[in-house]
Amino acid sequence: MIAQLRVAGQIAVFIAVFAGVAALSDWPSYHQIPPQSAVVKLSFTHVADRVAACRERTKEELEKLPPNMRNPLECSRRRGAVYVELDIDGRTVYRGSLQPSGLSGDGPARVYERFVVPVGAHGIAVRMRDTGRSEGFDHAKSGEVVLASNQNFVIDFRREANGFVFQ
Amino acid sequence: MRSLLRNGFEFLERAADTIFGPRLNPIPQLGALGFFLFWIVAVSGIYLFIFFDTGVVDAYNSIESITHRQWFAGGVLRSFHRYASDLMVVVLVVHATREFALDRYRGAYWFSWFTGVPLIWLLYASGITGYWLVWDQLAQYVAIVSSELLDWLPIFGEPIARNFLTPASLNDRFFTLLIFMHIGIPLVLLFVMWVHILRISRPNMNPPRALAVVVLISLVIVSFWKPAQSQGSADLAAIPNDVGLDWFYLPLYPLADLWSHGAVWALLGGFTLMLLAMPWLPPLRRPRPVEVNLAHCNGCGRCVEDCPHEAVRMVPRADGRPFIQQAQVNSAACVSCGICVGSCPSSTPFRRSAELETGIDLPDLPLRELRRQTEAAAAELSGPVRVLTFACAHSAAGVQQKHTVKVPCIATVPPSLIDYVVSRNLADGVVVAGCAERAGYHRLGVAWMQGRLAGERDPRLRARVQRERICSIWASRSEQSRFGAEVKRFTAALGSLGPNKGLSPRTDGGAESAAKAESLHEEVVS
Ligand code: HEM
Ligand code: SF4
Ligand code: SF4
Repeated sequence: MIAQLRVAGQIAVFIAVFAGVAALSDWPSYHQIPPQSAVVKLSFTHVADRVAACRERTKEELEKLPPNMRNPLECSRRRGAVYVELDIDGRTVYRGSLQPSGLSGDGPARVYERFVVPVGAHGIAVRMRDTGRSEGFDHAKSGEVVLASNQNFVIDFRREANGFVFQ
Repeated sequence: MRSLLRNGFEFLERAADTIFGPRLNPIPQLGALGFFLFWIVAVSGIYLFIFFDTGVVDAYNSIESITHRQWFAGGVLRSFHRYASDLMVVVLVVHATREFALDRYRGAYWFSWFTGVPLIWLLYASGITGYWLVWDQLAQYVAIVSSELLDWLPIFGEPIARNFLTPASLNDRFFTLLIFMHIGIPLVLLFVMWVHILRISRPNMNPPRALAVVVLISLVIVSFWKPAQSQGSADLAAIPNDVGLDWFYLPLYPLADLWSHGAVWALLGGFTLMLLAMPWLPPLRRPRPVEVNLAHCNGCGRCVEDCPHEAVRMVPRADGRPFIQQAQVNSAACVSCGICVGSCPSSTPFRRSAELETGIDLPDLPLRELRRQTEAAAAELSGPVRVLTFACAHSAAGVQQKHTVKVPCIATVPPSLIDYVVSRNLADGVVVAGCAERAGYHRLGVAWMQGRLAGERDPRLRARVQRERICSIWASRSEQSRFGAEVKRFTAALGSLGPNKGLSPRTDGGAESAAKAESLHEEVVS
C-alpha cells in the first residue's frame, strides 16, 4: 500500500514537472503590440558631410610632415550631425540630431526608432538634413500609407537612391 | 531570507524523501541532473544539426521537414532538445538557490559559486541562439529584440537590428554565424561546467540510474504529448505578434518593450555583479582551515582520499623522515569540515600523551579539545542508561545542548573516539548523529562515516566495539521528532542490554590499542 502510494507520488511529481515545463515552453503567448495596430520603423545609417571644408596646407606645414604624409589638403575627419524629423498624421513624433559614430566622429550617424500606430491610413512625412546648414532640409519624403494589422512599415534612407525609401 | 529558503528546501527535500527515498531524491541530485540533461541536449542537437540547412528560407524548411517527415526520430529528438534545455534552466535555478540557502557560496565555496555565474549566461546564450536558428515567428521576435538590445551596447559598428528590418536586408551568411554560435557557446558551457566542479572531489556528475531512466521516459512521453513545433515561418514585413514565448529562456524579453534597453542591461548587469560579489558580501567568518602536523603524519594519504574539496594533496616528504610523502593543505580550498581529522590514523584518543596531537587537525577544534569535550560531556551523564551523542552541527542533534559533542561534520569524529567512549565505559551507548542521508552538508561525510562504522572504510571502527551500543541516526534539522523517537528506541534497547562494563584499561585491547598508537607515535617521531 505504502509502496503503491509512493509510486503514485513519484508519477505525480514527474507529471507536474514535465507538464509544467512543456506548457511554459510556449505559453502564455505574448503580444508585442495591441491588436489592430502596426509598427512604423524609422531606421537608417548615414554619413553626413564633414564639419569643416578641406584646407590647403602651406609649404612650411608640408615640410614639417614626414614625406609619405605630405597631402596638400588637410581635411577634418569629423562628420556633422544628421538632423531628422518624422511626422505621423501631421504630428511630429520624432526629432533628433544624430551624432556621428566612431571615436573621431567619422562614422555614420544612426537611428532606429519604432512607433506603434493603429491600422488604417496615415500621412507620413520624413525630413533630414546632412549638410552644415541650420535651416531647411536636404532630403524629404512624404506620402499617404494604409497599414494593415501587424504590418512592419520601414522608413529607410538609401545612398543608392539618394533619398528616403518607404517599404 | 536565507533561513526561510533553507527551511523551504528542508520541507521540499523531506517530502521528496518520503516519495523517492533518500537515494533517488532528485533535489540533492540537481548538479548531476544538470550534466545529464546537457548530454541529452548535446546528443539530440547533433542529430538535428545533421539535417539543418543554413539559409533564410532553408533554415525554417529544414526544421519543418525534420519535425514532420521523420517525426519518429527528428520530431522526438527535437522535443528532447527543447524540453531538456528548458529543464536545465529549472535545474540551474533550483540548484543555485539551494547552494545559496545552504550557505555554500562563501568562504572556500566561492570558487564553485563564482564559476556558476557564467554558466547562467552561457546557458541562456545557448538557448536564445537555438530559438533564433529555427527562423519561425518566435525566432523573428527573438532576433529583433535581441539585436535591438545588443545594439544598445557600443560594440557593433553597423546596427545588427538592421539585418532584420525588411526581408531584403537578411542574408544567408547570418545563419552560418548563428549555427556557429549555437554550437560554440554550448561547448564553452561544457568547459565552464568542468571548471565549476574542479575543486570538488568526487563530484556527483551522474544521477542514479533509476532517476536518469525516469527522466528519459518522461521526456519521451512529453515529446509525444506535446511535440516541439515551429510557429509559422518568419516574415520580416510583419511584426511577429502573438508568439508563444519560452518562459524559461525568454522571460525578460517583454521587459524590452516596457523598459528602455539601458534599463534592461542595468538589471542584467547589476544582478550578475551582485551574484559575482556575493561570496564577499559579507564574507563568511569561518573557522580556520586545518593544519598538518608533520611529526604525526606518516603520509598514508587517507586525508586526501576523504577530503570533499580537493583541499589536501600529497607532496614529496620534506622533513627527512623515512616516508615518501606528506600531506599538504590548500588553505584557500579548505572548508574546515574536519573530515580529514576523522580519517587520519594518528587521530587516536587512547594516547596517554597529555598533548594529544594528530597528523592533520582543526586549529579551532583540535582533537585534544574534542577528547576533552567528550570526557566532559560523559562526566555529566547520569541515570541507568547513559547516552552520549556525537552531533554534526547541521544535523537534527545540532541544536541539542546536553550530553552532546558537536562537530562540523559527523566524519570529523575518528572511529577510535567512539571506541574510546565505549571501551573506557564513559557511556552506555553512543549516538552518532549526522545529516540526512539524501544530502550531507559536507557532501561525502555521511557516506564516509557509514563506511567507517561498518568496517568497510579506513579508519574502521574496531570489531571489539559492541555494535549494539552504537546508533547512527541520519536526520536533518527539521526531523527532530524522528530523531527523538530513534534515540528513545535506542535508549530502551540499551536498557535491556544492561550497563556497559567497558574494557579495563590495563588488560583489554584498550591498552593494546594505546600501545599500538604509541608505537605508531614512536615510529612517526623517530
Ligand atoms: C549548467 C549549470 C550547472 C551545473 C550543470 C552545475 C553542476 C554542479 C555539480 C555537478 C556540482 C557538484 C555537486 C556535488 O557533487 O555535490 C555543483 C556544485 C556547486 N554548484 Fe553548480 N552547476 C550549475 C550551475 C550553478 C550555478 C548557476 C551556481 C551559482 C551561481 C552554482 C553553484 C554551485 C556551488 C556553490 C556548488 C558547490 C557545492 C559544494 O561545494 O558542496 N552552480 N554544481
Ligand atoms: S577540513 Fe580537511 S577534509 Fe575538510 S575541506 Fe579542509 S582539508 Fe578537506
Ligand atoms: S591522514 Fe594523517 S597521516 Fe595520513 S597523510 Fe593525512 S595527515 Fe598524514
